[in-house]
Amino acid sequence: MTLSALPRLGVGSLALALMAAILLVDLAQSGAPDLFSAPPALALGSGQAPTGAHCTGQ
Amino acid sequence: MLLRRAFVIVLILSALVFALVMAGPRAGLLLAIGIGFGLVLEGLRFGFAGPWRLIVAERDGRGLLAQFLAIALVASVAFPLLAAHGGELSPAHAPVGLGMILGAFVFGAAMQLVMGCGSGTLINAGSGNLVGLIALLGFIGGSFLGSLHLGWWTGLASLPVLSLQGMFGANGGLIATLAGLAALAALVIWRAAPGKRLPPARLWWAAGLIAALALANLVVAGQPWGIVYGLGLWGAKLAQAGGADLAASGFWANPGNAERLGASILTDVTSLTNIGLLIGAFAVLRWRRDPGAPAQALTAQSYALVLLAGLVLGYSARMAFGCNVGAFFSGISTGSLHGWVWLVAAFAGSTLGLKLRPFVLRAAPQPKGAFA
Repeated sequence: MTLSALPRLGVGSLALALMAAILLVDLAQSGAPDLFSAPPALALGSGQAPTGAHCTGQ
Repeated sequence: MLLRRAFVIVLILSALVFALVMAGPRAGLLLAIGIGFGLVLEGLRFGFAGPWRLIVAERDGRGLLAQFLAIALVASVAFPLLAAHGGELSPAHAPVGLGMILGAFVFGAAMQLVMGCGSGTLINAGSGNLVGLIALLGFIGGSFLGSLHLGWWTGLASLPVLSLQGMFGANGGLIATLAGLAALAALVIWRAAPGKRLPPARLWWAAGLIAALALANLVVAGQPWGIVYGLGLWGAKLAQAGGADLAASGFWANPGNAERLGASILTDVTSLTNIGLLIGAFAVLRWRRDPGAPAQALTAQSYALVLLAGLVLGYSARMAFGCNVGAFFSGISTGSLHGWVWLVAAFAGSTLGLKLRPFVLRAAPQPKGAFA
């Protein structure tokens, strides 16, 4: 089987596996998030300034 | 088929529970929003790069009009929301500069070479397109590399951050945004061929759903929908795991970015929605009765060029302060002047990319005895 003949399901599964690998590397590196410092469910109405990072940031 | 669809539901629910339990309710909601984006983009075939090609190559303006409609819907709600809750919600504003314009132009060209923008690359990978998966690997590396050089690019000629709200006030900015979108829509309708002007029902639905999800993203995350930051963060995480010291990088030493780098990606807004996009696209692939034939096989040289184009795509997206989502969609819908400039530069680049595409995406020769 050549690389190009990979079926869609195989490629989609590879994409999910890549994402899972990144998550595992990240968890091993940064540890699990601290649930006690988790932000409120909604930013709107929270009274807190947004702290997330965006593509438009520097 | 029932078993396969049950698997899809279990996959989505497991992912949501995982995010909720690991990182709290906001993470769970953002992952759900990302999955929603994936389901709509793949399920209803709403894209960004494709319609930019269609208006040029086939004078088909339907997808582009759906994009403008979605942006207008988001702007109509986002402008008043941002004006009333500026302390809790932030827009997608960035400066217009030489590096930003060059980045948008190159991004537009590269996006046509890999047949997908930021969101498109994730969707293509999740839905089983090998070009999309290879481009995604390049994008992750490129957006990370771009972050290392961003200070140099922004050091070139650059204007301060300008917004339509800042120039015309909240109401005036919204009116100017809607008027600009209407003018673009009129231009597209004029340019499009008869029969290719009115979007089909599928795209009306998609535009409405994408707008609703984008607004949900703003309300939950406190910031508009974005793609590039998360992918660059993944690249930085991988580089760090490989031993790279990013403390000397101006970008990653910035307190906000350093905090993201040190924390789990399950606490990063754009990472969560990016993960959701992949899962959503994969879910559509598995849900369908027929997943479809594999994407057209390409030569080995073409796959290498796709990887390179993906790298350029990620790098240029970083230079341009976003891709079709972060700069074009979210920038314009929250009043950033850079979103408009991005659109012009990226569209010019996209036209060039269409001319280059045949030289990059070359079909592999059919093996002897194969059916053509």
